[in-house]
Amino acid sequence: MIEVANLTKRYGSFTAVDDLTFAVQPGIVTGFLGPNGSGKSTTMRMILGLDAPTAGTATVGGRALSRHDRPLTSLGFLLDAGAVHPTRSAFDHLRALAVTNGIPTSRVDEVLEIVGLGEVGRRRSGGFSLGMGQRLGIAAALLGDPEVVMLDEPVNGLDPEGILWIRHLLQDLARDGRTVFVSSHLMSEMELMAEHFVIIGQGRLIEDISVDELRVMAAGEKTHVRADRLDDLVGLLRADGVDIVSDDRETVSVSGLDPGDIGAVARDNGIALTALVPEQRSLEDVFMSLTADAVQYHGAPNKVAAG
Amino acid sequence: MTTLTAHTESSPRTGKIRLANVIRSEWIKFWSVRSTSITLVAAGLATIALGMIFSAVAESDDVEGPAALLSDPVDIALGSIGLTEMIIGVLGVIFVAGEYSTGLIRTTFASVGRRSRVIAAKAVVIATGVFAVGLVAVTGAVAAGQALYAGSQATVAVTEVWEVVLGTTLYLTGIALIGVALGFMLRSTAGGIGTLFGTVFIGPGLLTLLPESVTDAFMKYLPSEAGSAMMSRVSDPELLSRSAGYAVFAAWVIGLLIVAGVLVNRRDA
Repeated sequence: MIEVANLTKRYGSFTAVDDLTFAVQPGIVTGFLGPNGSGKSTTMRMILGLDAPTAGTATVGGRALSRHDRPLTSLGFLLDAGAVHPTRSAFDHLRALAVTNGIPTSRVDEVLEIVGLGEVGRRRSGGFSLGMGQRLGIAAALLGDPEVVMLDEPVNGLDPEGILWIRHLLQDLARDGRTVFVSSHLMSEMELMAEHFVIIGQGRLIEDISVDELRVMAAGEKTHVRADRLDDLVGLLRADGVDIVSDDRETVSVSGLDPGDIGAVARDNGIALTALVPEQRSLEDVFMSLTADAVQYHGAPNKVAAG
Repeated sequence: MTTLTAHTESSPRTGKIRLANVIRSEWIKFWSVRSTSITLVAAGLATIALGMIFSAVAESDDVEGPAALLSDPVDIALGSIGLTEMIIGVLGVIFVAGEYSTGLIRTTFASVGRRSRVIAAKAVVIATGVFAVGLVAVTGAVAAGQALYAGSQATVAVTEVWEVVLGTTLYLTGIALIGVALGFMLRSTAGGIGTLFGTVFIGPGLLTLLPESVTDAFMKYLPSEAGSAMMSRVSDPELLSRSAGYAVFAAWVIGLLIVAGVLVNRRDA
């Protein structure tokens, strides 16, 4: 469980993180979404105790991470997959990390196997592809078998197979009851992975929302309609508050009416519908519109209670 | 997915991180990167090799130029020590600043929690490595020099030689620690090396351009001059006494490490 309360970070007159409050629950994958520069990495650095907050607190399991006896066994993290010395082998890199927290070397081989780097673990990591580097970063996050896993943009540089792999890995970790917090600036990467989203823009909380709630927001207002006697149907549907625009010669889009109502009118008048398609916005669209005017939104934390 | 979970017996969750954990980690880091480990060993070998060359050249009678001015066989054998100092100092900077340049330092700090432990561990590791290699190299250079340069003044009391060897080794160790401190302070390889050269190696030379009354008062307290007092066999009126040299140099090293610690704890990583 990660708890962030009134977290603020200012650099001079620039506010990178602005009074952010949210809690990341165990047992699910939580996506941390925001456009580039919205303050995701700064927030994560404060959770890690690397950057000191200007105000507010960030805790892991109720305490600042630096107060944990062995931080890596409480929270495993990936900040920057490139943060590895290029001439050091993946094995030595992980071994050096492991010994700080008293984690045995046998665990290094275990995590290298988990991320699929068992074969190349002894080679210098400078020769790794972007995707292998991400896997090494994830191996480091798993070293301490932690209750909380926090990954900053772990999908960057992964191929489709790699993205699928990480999705299953993170969902398995969550199913184990762990807290999984993953940042991304792309909703398309996260929507199949996460059950909950913390969405920020310009350092402020925009939504702390479940994927189901987000899908409700994505339901569109328009319905695309095709019918054998389209002109007759359009005439019958016209009413106050109903807006009908023709998409092309054979299709109109109707807003202000339920798809069910449109179908009923067609049936009652013996008109055969050939298409009745409610418009559904993609989650990416919803995310884009939410963050497009981030400034107008104010943080409305609705899930701050301890859990 | 049982493989995700570590075997409980192999993952102790109790107990705090001890400095020894962090020292072991830094030891692995130091020796698992070519640029650090090879540099240290190469610096040691170069010190011995150059000492042998200088001594062999000095032995031949027809030498003119700077080497002919040196008559002390120990000084001749350690004629390349200035170069060794620079390499070792750079090594200290790189050991720290290199970790800043990759970003690994963030992983290290977050994993260890208390940052001063990281500084202490890096200092212990590089001091141990440089002291061990330095002792072998300096002893080797002096011994080879003694064997090769059988000049008239060649006989030097063993205790005096050991004082020079120890002083030189400890000076090299201190220079590496100054490099570590500068690496933490400046967080950049270029900045750290530039500052090291400017203040320790080149700066004192520039100070001699100031009026003599000024240089006489301050010069001997600079790290390089305090180091010269540690390394010299015969006392020099322009330098501090040997023990005062040790004290002043140690104060520089410890002081810079403390400043580095304060800055590192205060700053965002």
